[in-house]
Formats: sequence, C-alpha cells, structure tokens
Amino acid sequence: MSEPRPTGYVGAALPRLEDERLLRGGGRYIDDLDLPGAVDAAFLRSTQAHARITSIDASRARELPGVVAVYTGADIAGRMDPLVNTEELRIPPGLEAELKPLVRVQPMPLLADDEVNYVGQPVAMVLAESRYLAEDALELIEVDYELLPAVLDPEEALTADAPRVLLDAEDNVGLRVRHGVGDVEAAFAAAEVVVSETFTSHRYVPSPIEPRGLAARVDPFDDQLTVWSNTQTPHRMRDHLAPALGRSPDTVRVISVDVGGGFGQKGILVVEEILIPFAATDLGRPVRWMEDRNENLVAGSHAREQVHHIDLAADADGRLLAVRDRIVANLGSRNMVGLVVPYNSLAHLCGPYVVPNVDIDVTGAITNTMFTSPYRGAGRPEAVFAMERAMERLAARMGIDPADLRERNLIRPEQMPYRTGMLDRRGLPQEFDSGDYPAMFERARVALDLPALRERQEALLAEGRHLGVGMAMCLEMTGLGPFEGATISVRTSGRIQVATGAPSQGQGHATTFAQIAADAIGVPIDVIDLVGGDTATIPYGVGTIASRALVTAGNAIHQAGGLLRRRILEAAATVFDTTADELGLVDGVIVRHATDAAMGLRELLLALALTPGGADSDGLVETSYFQPPNYATASSLHAVVVEVHTATGRVDLRDYVVVHEAGRLVNPTVAHGQVIGGTVQGIGGALLEHFQYDAAGQPATSTFMDYMLPTPEIVPDIRIEEISLPSPTNALGVKGLGEGGAIGPPAAIANAVEDALRPYGVVVRSCPLTPSAIRHLLRGAAIDQEEVTA
Amino acid sequence: MSDPRNMSAAPQATAPPLSEPSAWHDISCVVNGHEVDAQVESRLLLSDFLRHRLALTGTHVGCEQGSCGACTVLIDRVPVRSCLMLAVQCDGRDVVTVEGLAAGDDLHPVQESFRAHHGLQCGFCTPGFLMTLAALADDAEPCDEERMLDEIGGHLCRCTGYLGIREAARCALGIAAGPDGCDHTGVRHE
Repeated sequence: MSEPRPTGYVGAALPRLEDERLLRGGGRYIDDLDLPGAVDAAFLRSTQAHARITSIDASRARELPGVVAVYTGADIAGRMDPLVNTEELRIPPGLEAELKPLVRVQPMPLLADDEVNYVGQPVAMVLAESRYLAEDALELIEVDYELLPAVLDPEEALTADAPRVLLDAEDNVGLRVRHGVGDVEAAFAAAEVVVSETFTSHRYVPSPIEPRGLAARVDPFDDQLTVWSNTQTPHRMRDHLAPALGRSPDTVRVISVDVGGGFGQKGILVVEEILIPFAATDLGRPVRWMEDRNENLVAGSHAREQVHHIDLAADADGRLLAVRDRIVANLGSRNMVGLVVPYNSLAHLCGPYVVPNVDIDVTGAITNTMFTSPYRGAGRPEAVFAMERAMERLAARMGIDPADLRERNLIRPEQMPYRTGMLDRRGLPQEFDSGDYPAMFERARVALDLPALRERQEALLAEGRHLGVGMAMCLEMTGLGPFEGATISVRTSGRIQVATGAPSQGQGHATTFAQIAADAIGVPIDVIDLVGGDTATIPYGVGTIASRALVTAGNAIHQAGGLLRRRILEAAATVFDTTADELGLVDGVIVRHATDAAMGLRELLLALALTPGGADSDGLVETSYFQPPNYATASSLHAVVVEVHTATGRVDLRDYVVVHEAGRLVNPTVAHGQVIGGTVQGIGGALLEHFQYDAAGQPATSTFMDYMLPTPEIVPDIRIEEISLPSPTNALGVKGLGEGGAIGPPAAIANAVEDALRPYGVVVRSCPLTPSAIRHLLRGAAIDQEEVTA
Repeated sequence: MSDPRNMSAAPQATAPPLSEPSAWHDISCVVNGHEVDAQVESRLLLSDFLRHRLALTGTHVGCEQGSCGACTVLIDRVPVRSCLMLAVQCDGRDVVTVEGLAAGDDLHPVQESFRAHHGLQCGFCTPGFLMTLAALADDAEPCDEERMLDEIGGHLCRCTGYLGIREAARCALGIAAGPDGCDHTGVRHE
C-alpha cells in the first residue's frame, strides 16, 4: 500500500481551531467545573521557614457552621505515605553505572506533622461548603511554632556548621553528580588564557496566569474516582494516586481540562494533588481546590536558583581547551525532582561549542525555601547564563569580538551528528542530531547589521548614550522519552477522535495534532477531535513537559494515523469485496479507483457491522506508541540591542532577533507564538522577575505587584529568523520548541548590558537587571576605578 | 431543530450557601442585556458572583489582587476588575462579560482580531484583554498606540509575549500598523 497521501496540513500556518471557543468565554478550566454537592478546600500553610510544631488546635475551625472537615498531619498519619516523585527521582542505569550520582530521597509529608521546613508548607486542610467559609476556618486554627534556625542560601547550607534544613538529616545535601571528559587539569595548565567567574541565576516562579487546581469525585454508584486537574502529566498523576489511595489504577480516571498555562509548574506531583482526591474519598463528597495567587507565588514550585563557579581555558586564538564548572543548585526544602534540572544544566552547559575537556560538578543544596522544580528551560537558562557570560568575559579579556569568539568554537555542521563524549540525561552517549550553528550567526549578523550597529554604538557613546549588543547561543535536547502514545478511532458519528497522553496548556495541540492526524489518515482537519490527557481514552502516557509533546505525541499520532488509514482501507475492501489497493481515502471519503463507488467513514462503520468478517477485530481503532531513539536537538541564537540609561538605571530593549532552528514546523504561527512567548518569559527574568525571601525566610514578593511579570509595553518587536533542519530522529522531522525561547534571554540581555556599560568596566554576574541593580553595578564600578587610581 | 429551552431568559442565580454568615442583600442588575435578580452575601466578590452563581465562567480569576486583569468586565461600559468589586456594588448597574461580546455567530471585531493575529494561547487572560479593548473600540475618541498600550498595560499574559495581542489591538482599533504591516513577528523563512 502506498504512503498516506500528503494533504498538506503539516507545515501550514493555520489559524487555531481552539480559538473561537476560548474567545467566546467557552473555555473549560478547572475552576469552571461545577460539581453538584462539592465542598471547597483551603490550606493552612506554614508561616515559618523552619519550626517545630508544638501544637495544632483545629477544634474551633471544625465547629464553624459550613465546615465539613479539617485535616491535620495527625489526622492523616498512617493513612497515606509522604509524597515521593519516584519517576523523577529514578536514576537511569547508564548514569548510575558511570557516574554514581547521589540522589537523596526526602519524602514530603502531605501535611506537616511535627516540623515545617519552608513558608507555605501545608499544615492543615479545611473542607467547607464554600471557599469563603473554608478561608474563615483557616483563621480559627491555632498553631504553635517553636522557631528553629533557617538557612536560605544554598552555598551557606552546604557549610559544615549550617543549621539543618531537615532536623533528622545528616547534612543539607539533596543530590550530587560529577561528570566530565578529557583531562581538565592538563588543559588548564597548558592554556594561554583562563577566565574564572561566578554567575548566579536567581529564583523564579513560573507564574501561569491560572494557578493550580483540581477537583475529585468518587462515584457512589461504581466507586470510580474521577479527578479533573490542570496537570501537565495526567497519567503520572493516576499512577501515583492509585497506590497512594490504595486503589486499583483501573478505578482512577484523571482528566486534563483546559489549562491556563503550565510552564512546568503543573508538571510534577505535589501534595495537594493527593490530598484533594483523598478528601473526596474520605468524605464521600466531591472536593474542589483552586490555588490562589498568593499560594502560587509562595507555595507553587519555584525554579532556576543556581550558582556557577565557572572556569574557561582557551588557547591564544580563543579556542576553548577546557570548561570547569562547580554548580550549586538550590533545591528548596527537599530534593523533589532529583537530577532532572541539575543534569539538564550539566548536559547543556557547553552548548554549541567544541570543548575537548570538561569537568562539571553539581551539588543540590536543600534550604528552608519553597522547593524548586522544572520551569520552561529547566536547568538550561542557568547553564547558558553561566557559559555565555563566561564566553563574553573571555572575549573581553582577549580583545576579540564576542560573536567572533563564539563562531571560532562552534560545532560545524559537517560534524553532525555530533557526540560530545558526555552522557545525556538517559545515561546514553550525548549526540546532537542536526544543526547548523555557523549559519545562525550569519543570519544574526545580517539581521542586526552588526558592523553598522557597532559604528552607531561608538557614535552614540560620544553623545553620552550607552548602546550595547549581546548574543547568547543555546541548544535544547528535546523530545524526552520514554514514550507517548496515540489512540485514533473512527467514532459512531464518523468523526475521528485522536487521544493522547499529552495535554495542552495553551500550545495549540487541538490544531497542530489535528494537522498531523489529518495528513496521516487522509481526512479534512475539521472532522478531528483531540482529547489530550484523559486516562480513560488511552491507557499509558507521560505528559506535556520537557519540549516533548510535538516530538513524542506528534509522531505517535503520525504512526497511529497511518495505521488507521490502512485499517480503514482494508475494512472498506471487505465491504466493497475487493482489495485495499483498489481503494483510496481522499478528504475523508473512501473511493474505489476507476469507479464512481464512494463511501464516508460513518457509512463504512455501519456497513462493517453488516458485512460478514468485516471489521475482523476491534473496529476502526489504532493505537501506536512512539519511543524516540534519541533527542531532537533544537537551537537558538538570541541577539539583542539594549540602551542603558546610566542616570536612572533603566534598560530599554531596542532590537531583538531570535535565530531559531527546531526542525520541521507543523504550524509556523503556533511555533513562533511559542518562541516569542518563551522569549518574553526570559526577558521577564532578565529585567524584572525575582522571587525574594527576607533574612528570616519570609517571602517578600508574594503578589504580582512585587513579583513583576513583563507587561505589554516593555516587549520589543521580536524578530524571528527561522532555519529548518528536519530532525533525522523521527518520521515527522520535528523538534520540540516549547521551552527554547526562554533559555537565551537572560544571558543575551546581560551580555548586551555589559557591552553597553563597557566604558565603566562593569561585570554582570546576575539578573534581574532592574534600575537599582544597574545603579549598583555603576556605583561598584566607580569605587573600583577610584581604587585603581589610588 | 428548535431548542425547547427559552434561550432569551436571563441567567438565573443559584442560591447562596446557607451557612454564609455575612449580611444579605437583594440586588437587581443587567448582565449581558438580561435583568438579573439575586440575593447575595455582602462579601461576595463580583467575580465569584458571575462565575459561580450565574455560571458565566468566561470571566477568569488570575490573582484576586487586582494586578493581572484577567477578571475585567464592563460596568456601565467601563472596564473594571471584578475581583476588586463586590457583587452588591452592581445593584442597578449594567454588567457585560466576555459571553456578551459576540453578536450570535458573529464575533466582536476585537475577538476576530485576536483570532486573526494569534493573540491568545492558553486563553485564560484573554477575556480580560477583550473587555478592555472592546471598551476602547466603543470609545468615540480615536485611539493611538500610546493609549492602547496604556490601557492594556494593566493586563498580564504569560503565554503570548504580547506581540500578537498588540497587533490584534492595533488592527481592531484602526491604529496604523508598523513597517511589518499586520505580520507582527516579521518572521523570515529560508
């Protein structure tokens, strides 16, 4: 049988199919779900960074009219185990054998019992007839804390005499891994130039505009537990919930609803997601919980905080001989997600460069802060900030243009597929499948008109204005395995349902996945209905995290669609009493070649039931799982022009170019929306966003008035220069691109700011580059210069 | 086929929770052109009234701190954050939510423009932007880029990076497009 006829949806910049419903206010987000008889949950959270709970008295809360129940740690003791994210904490065998990483399992109590370890930790759960009443009841719960010393700084936490974050732990280490290649000591000894610097990535909150939430109901008729959630990983949630609640997974259904952004924060399991289904089970009533913004900022997972002590060794031409980096990652109060983020930092540190000798040592420190977990980029922005800042310092030291220095060190296209000599996150040899990095620099030079820009920079400087140019190049190994699946079926109506484990949080799957399916099957796109993340429609799944949905679910849909097409034609052949070769499927209609005979899919379904031997198995349904053989490595080069106002410390973005390569694009409109959206999140981190604690561990940025997101007027007109190199790792040739945009901006903007302030000799070691941070840098530079003169 | 339900009927408010201790008020207002009579507790937020008592869930709550703008509705044609207003304050007022923007099958020009310019991704902040821009579109005074940015500057979107939203707003408000015309990204393909 011939390959499915390309109908040409893949690659087309179609408007999104989901938009009209969302524009009319017809979205179905978690808090829109009205479950009759439901009670609302609210959580009492720790007010202290580290304390012993000496007593909890919930009796007044329990007596409040409208309160249904109040659970404390004591009430659930022995009924459920503390939370351990087993999947994320698993060490791949290849890493275990080669690197012997230390990964401590530090279970999170569902409700704190005798100790709290960060502000925001759940201490009690109230269930009441309304959220208003539940929050009233929170006020009536009396908790006595005996304060304990708290440690917030990750490097301080690792010192021998630091207070213990967890009272019964031997130290404040959550994990440790070291990996490298070659002989770093010898390379440094032989180097012409060595640069040693410390660069820090600060603490972020992913901040989807819709906070986290879920609802759960146990059906009294069939004892089925249904959980509606804005999770990014519904199957993992089901597989965790079932044993946690002592149920068979067959009696648990998790349904992803419309989700108001995730960015990773909704991708890992948290205690609230176990407590709500538990309460629904225990009370025999539906239970809903919607996190509020204060909770999301304080007690929704944080991200990014890392310190890099990085050394580069180069020869006289600026070619890299070695990279050494000692990374300290702040894991927060527990090691919740293991190597996921730290190993991403490690594996992406050297980026697009040929580095013969590498030594990277990562320690995850635990501190009395909210735990950190993957957020768009997941370890890569931190690594790129360290590496690309260090490259900028190396260029400055050697008097080479930073773009030239970078280009000298790039992996060449003819070296692809390129093996770095390191192990990837799966514990297999790290290999970049495709890429043309020099072409990206060429595109950036042309787009910026770099020579003219440098002249303009000099001219403006003579007028006392400070223009700066910065670049940052980043790679992203996308399409994380182990698998994703798709079940595609012709439904009774003749419409086609595509079910996959990867839900959408705004990425436009209802359009892009339908484009893939329509092409593979040979039907018009408007007969396709996508179900993303309903565990009742497909038994296994992983979810939408790690820039993986398009690669894994997309290819599973492509495979299942091709199988379904064959299944349809073979079934139609029995009805027509011919062979499948005599038939075609065009725009959803089965035609018999050289005749007028034609049949729709609904007619086929009805005819099959009446045709002896017709359907031969389970009807017009096919399931396929795609297991990516390797990562599909996307790349991007961010090039930015800033103007720094030295009097006020204000940074204006004058131009922003993203040269982007992520394989074949299924829908350029959607793809570029992802790139721009990610880039603006990165701009937020570079200029505005910073989650801060005071010295006692009290959050200082618990509203959007303190944790400042980018707003519509500060964003420049980002220009995208697209390069497309289809990935050889999968049939569609796609690469993941959801996270990519967020990786480069902090490094690119910091490089540009440092370039703008070159006359002052400042070194940017961290973000956000707020006006006060810029003024601080300038004051520091003035003092340095005084010292030099003195 | 005809729908047996009376589709022109006003939204019916569901009963408040009996155990709510705060004082009660009878209010009458107009919501999306329909008269609504309801008994509300004094502390009930307008956002919760619309969403949970009138089942108008198109108005979204993103922060309850007045900073994200997702819950914006029109009160007497003025954009207002429904999380910062009490339901009782709507007595005698005219309320329009996102559900009231389209005229039947026809999307409001602002909605149409968002669709045409990829002005939304997850769709959660979208209703707030739409309400602010709809009010701006209805304003007799012509709108320029500066005023448009000033007005939507009170809204947060975490997905789109705003470029599609800005372009949708320009096109819907008749603000001259930049050098790229209506292609907000200026994407160049090889």
